[in-house]
Amino acid sequence: MAAFWILGITLIGSAIWCITNTKPVYSVVALLLNFAALAAMYLTLNAEFLAVIQMIVYSGAILILFLFVIALLSSGVTPFSVGPNKLPRIGIPAVVVLLIALGFLTYAVNRVTANAFANTSPTSPVGPVGTAGVFGSVADFGKALFTTYLLPFEITALVLMVAVIGVILLAGDQAPYVASQKQAEEVRREMREAILRGGE
Amino acid sequence: MPDWIIILIKSAILLLVVVTTFAYSMLAERKVLGWMQLRPGPNRVGPWGLMQPAADAAKLILKEDLTPRTADPLIYRLAPFISLLTAFSVYAIIPFGASSAGTWAIGNVNAGILFLLAITSIGVYGITLGGWASGSKYPLLGSVRATAQMISYELGMSLSFIGVLILAGTTSLDGIVNAQAKWWFVVPQFIGFIVYIITAVAETNRVPFDLVEAETELVAGFHTEYSGLRFGLFFIAEYVNMLTVSCIASLLFLGGWNAPFGLDNLHVPGVIWFIIKVGFFMFFYMWLRATLPRFRYDRLMAFGWKFLLPLATLNLVVTAIIVAYMGH
Repeated sequence: MAAFWILGITLIGSAIWCITNTKPVYSVVALLLNFAALAAMYLTLNAEFLAVIQMIVYSGAILILFLFVIALLSSGVTPFSVGPNKLPRIGIPAVVVLLIALGFLTYAVNRVTANAFANTSPTSPVGPVGTAGVFGSVADFGKALFTTYLLPFEITALVLMVAVIGVILLAGDQAPYVASQKQAEEVRREMREAILRGGE
Repeated sequence: MPDWIIILIKSAILLLVVVTTFAYSMLAERKVLGWMQLRPGPNRVGPWGLMQPAADAAKLILKEDLTPRTADPLIYRLAPFISLLTAFSVYAIIPFGASSAGTWAIGNVNAGILFLLAITSIGVYGITLGGWASGSKYPLLGSVRATAQMISYELGMSLSFIGVLILAGTTSLDGIVNAQAKWWFVVPQFIGFIVYIITAVAETNRVPFDLVEAETELVAGFHTEYSGLRFGLFFIAEYVNMLTVSCIASLLFLGGWNAPFGLDNLHVPGVIWFIIKVGFFMFFYMWLRATLPRFRYDRLMAFGWKFLLPLATLNLVVTAIIVAYMGH
């Protein structure tokens, strides 16, 4: 329980630090702390695999790309100045949205707890992590992912693939997508000339 | 004794061992480099230069700790600690010998290999943030290189692990070593082994992949502005990482604490075999440094993405097909 409160306070504190900071790199560090605390939270829930994947995917891959871009763009740039206070104007919509979100959350939590406690016996295998057949272990996670949830898994993979191809199409070549090789050559030449003109 | 006291004692001992190993592997590296270049290496402090690490430590501690005026003070001070913390925390799960009661490891994590990947993927933050926060050109260039290089080579490294995982049928490091009782995985996973060795050198930013701190181009790369003990922390982290990848190579591909060539009846403790294997990899690193020139940066990226990654993928697919048809 103590672990829950320490991690919870770290999570909320780092999240607030992340969004209120004026220096983007500080926000990245705050987010890193947030992800680490979240992974530790998963560990306390026996979701070992999820904790590790959280670290590898979010902290190790996605966040480092954020940092890569931010560090390159904002090196030596003065922090953003705080603009005029817009909070009063958006106050009422914000409260309405918050209430709706809270309503959804309460409904979801009620539903999930009702379902979860309906079909689990007290001896359900939540406990020592390690062996197969235990909630959150690597083997069970993999089995569920590749049998019960195979279709969603494959669709997600397809969506990611589309995104990757899109990125290559947009950024891989200097020229945008064109119908023919000849037209591509023309676009490249135009872009080269534009770059040269800009350099003068 | 309660569990947490035992864990605390084990951690303290392990920390001491790792730091001592760092100190003497640094000396060993200078000695080996010296011999390979036909010179004696450090030999003035103590007999055979054995007190050299202590002298180096004293020098680093007494040096002035500079912070450039353009640096970002908080991140600049934080970065070396991130590097060091991630370098050391990997040892929480590395088993050093066969043990049913967990005598030779601090924690036996079921997702051992994945945990290892998670921690090492955090390690790059120390370098990236340190280089950015220094507020000068060379460190920034060094840290940008480091980020790109480490992300690219981490992919190949993870893929080379998966072949081993398929063969062993488990992600726990204990289980992987036990699965190698008959055949070390270096035999069926030879391609995976080669990919791992290469990517491991790149992950630790050592020659021939030391573009991150290329002296001839970037002064000292990401740690140009660091001095005194803060530089020392980066330095320790680099050597500890070297030791880590040597440990992983021994565990995953050379059978960990299993005796080689059927020498089981010698009754040498498993830990000794493990230390010999790790020592071999450490020497291999030094050998590389004395032998190879540095890569060009575009070649490095092309090699990682266009050669190592496809090779590792091919190895993974072939392994998966063979295991699917023939069983383990």
